[in-house]
Amino acid sequence: MKSSLRNMVMVLLLITLIASAAVGVVYQLTVDPIQAAKEAKIVNAVKEVLPPFESLNKEVKAIPVEGDTVRIYTAESGKDVVGYAVETFSKNGFGGMIRIMVGFLPDGTINSTSVISHSETPGLGDKMEKSKSSFALQFEGKNPETFKLGVKKDGTGDVDAITASTISSRAFVDAVKRGYEKVMENK
Amino acid sequence: MEYFVIIIGAIFVNNIVLSQFLGICPFLGVSNKVSTSIGMGGAVTFVMAISSIVVYLIQYYVLVPLGIGYMQTIVFILVIAALVQMVEIILKKMSPALYQALGIFLPLITTNCAVLGVAILLVQREFNLLESVVFAVSNAIGFTLALVLFAGLRERLELADVPKAMKGVPIAILTAGILAMAFMGFSGLV
Amino acid sequence: MSNLKIFTKGLIKENPTFSLMLGMCPTLGTTTSAVNGLGMGVATMFVLIMSNIVISMVKNVIPDKVRIPAFIVIIASFVTVVQLCMEAYVPSLYNTLGVFIPLIVVNCIILGRAEAFASKNNVFKSMLDGAGIGLGFTLSLTLLGMVRELLGSGSFFGYKFIAGDGMLVFVLAPGAFIVLSYLMVLFNKFTAKLK
Repeated sequence: MKSSLRNMVMVLLLITLIASAAVGVVYQLTVDPIQAAKEAKIVNAVKEVLPPFESLNKEVKAIPVEGDTVRIYTAESGKDVVGYAVETFSKNGFGGMIRIMVGFLPDGTINSTSVISHSETPGLGDKMEKSKSSFALQFEGKNPETFKLGVKKDGTGDVDAITASTISSRAFVDAVKRGYEKVMENK
Repeated sequence: MEYFVIIIGAIFVNNIVLSQFLGICPFLGVSNKVSTSIGMGGAVTFVMAISSIVVYLIQYYVLVPLGIGYMQTIVFILVIAALVQMVEIILKKMSPALYQALGIFLPLITTNCAVLGVAILLVQREFNLLESVVFAVSNAIGFTLALVLFAGLRERLELADVPKAMKGVPIAILTAGILAMAFMGFSGLV
Repeated sequence: MSNLKIFTKGLIKENPTFSLMLGMCPTLGTTTSAVNGLGMGVATMFVLIMSNIVISMVKNVIPDKVRIPAFIVIIASFVTVVQLCMEAYVPSLYNTLGVFIPLIVVNCIILGRAEAFASKNNVFKSMLDGAGIGLGFTLSLTLLGMVRELLGSGSFFGYKFIAGDGMLVFVLAPGAFIVLSYLMVLFNKFTAKLK
């Protein structure tokens, strides 16, 4: 079709309007499932890092840290606290933000960890995921009171870093440490 | 995050072409000669630096306040396309010499996924304005570095006796693989 | 050209990866495993089919000078739709593919087909063309992902049959280039014999 200023502007405007309306509709349709998928991920992570429990305390402690939030979920069986799952983060990952869930027993012992999201290099930094290497297993059953949270190579603690991914390991340790501090302050 | 880590990370360790796989098309397309690859690198650096600022402002002063973050992809690609056009027009008027050098590469940049990729990444990683610019420029330098190195290798390759089935793109990609392996040596750097 | 030919040409003769060599970024970047390659291929195929259909429908009312921006808006909308749906229903794949999903917008295959085919042909033919090229792309990506996964992690579509790591280099960046290069050589040999 021949172009004139009028039809060019009209057509572009019309296409953009229809396109944004259509995308808006899809957004409305998917906003709930996206939210549900995110929540399911959190709940699964909580279950993964704690020993079996009956219910989660409805009260989730949200603690603002460095412009972000650390959330503490309390797991109970009857009236006893089984453990605390802490959704914690580190901004110092190789690809930026790392979010992990760390489960603590009531005395502060680390039960287990689970990675919620990260953008580390596949094959290197992503070994922090339990399915990819045994890195995260070394935290299990350790109490940060005696097990110093720092990378061995840096001389700051007892954690063996992932080979060739010191930054990712450091960030992971940083996140665990932040979670431990917050859970001890707020339990 | 420290600026130093961003710069070294973007140029060497997570090189945008050789480890993130963004901007492969120009990497394979305009890497026959060292001189053209420098021109392309210059044009990309220029556009990336400007687009990082524009994209940052649009994300945090338009999309987020209006709550239409989901329109990101559509808005960003249009902004980049418009920006490339504007740069082309302005460059033509203001600096014909620079236009001569970079002009032919500019239209190619709209569909260069490195530019859109960096725009999306800097929002995803929650950088502030200065970090965004540093990140964009370092990535552009990384792109130029990879392109120039690769062009140097390909100039040599022209003279080599390559098996028939490997001629052209396959041998070029294989060379890129070896270059990527060399860049992996940087991964212990930071 | 017959309808069957329009559909099948994308598989070998105009295979986007091995013959036209378009869309290399996602080809290299997302094929760390067969499933990832397949996911990326299907997402791209969906966008390609939909944008081909819509563009062939509206081709007559779009003024020539704004053709490209209009196409880009249409493609970008479908990409956003795919992005939102994947985030909602396959969140783990969405996280793995990451930045490459929005980058479907700048995949040269899609704009290329819009320009070369959909803007000249009717709706049905454009749909076939999109499906054929999209399928060719999906198969190439799955194949590449399969080989890399097999060598790199010793597994097949996520089913692990050796203990330990495999040859890690094939999952990392250099492996992508190397495997793609050798697959291209095999493809060239194969098609040369065909002729």
